Amino acid sequence: MTDLPLFFQISVYIGFASVAISLLLAFIRLIIGQSLADRVVALDLMVVLVIAFIALFAIARQETVFLDANIALALVAFLSTVAFARYVEWQRQQSKTKETSHA
Amino acid sequence: MLSSLGMVFASILILLGSAFALIAALGLVRMPDLYMRMHAATKAGTLGVGFIVFAVAVFFADLRVFVEAFIIVVFLLITAPIGAHVLARAAYLSGLQLWNLEQDDLKGCYNEESHILDNEPQPAAGKLKHVVN
Repeated sequence: MTDLPLFFQISVYIGFASVAISLLLAFIRLIIGQSLADRVVALDLMVVLVIAFIALFAIARQETVFLDANIALALVAFLSTVAFARYVEWQRQQSKTKETSHA
Repeated sequence: MLSSLGMVFASILILLGSAFALIAALGLVRMPDLYMRMHAATKAGTLGVGFIVFAVAVFFADLRVFVEAFIIVVFLLITAPIGAHVLARAAYLSGLQLWNLEQDDLKGCYNEESHILDNEPQPAAGKLKHVVN
């Protein structure tokens, strides 16, 4: 990375720092949550931010192989979000059927 | 290696992308309800990552990297709205209300069991005085 011009190094470091801060903020939302759907949104944003982090890392190390990991992550993020959304819907229906069976 | 003009372009893209990522995370923490949080996280987050991945493509200036970056960006742009829609729909059907809501036009429109839209949403005529005033 030291063979690159200084302004480019500085902007990559600023990118790393702001993506790390964003990951921290998303993690705060993941902890305080309030509802399961909030936590799913926070996890979704965290995966997207990890994609950004790996892309920046590929620039810093000047290795292109890290982008393959990015493609896999982009695929998995969508699947997990949809699965969690199905779970949120299913959970509500389960609690509803329980209420009716008790009454 | 890259010309210095390409370096300037890539660093501008990185700075733009990281600013959008920061805005997305800030919105996720500060917004008052789930739908607004989703609005911040999905749109600004996807745009920020899109900028950064495009910066990677500009930096390496290689056809294979460009195709890979293109695949990543297109896939994110396709899946982010679908995932957000599915999740917002599940959250609405599980009873999560919007923040500061005066009137819910969709109330009673969904079938309770099948989660299919039975009838079109009708704005209630008697409750529109808030809008007029």
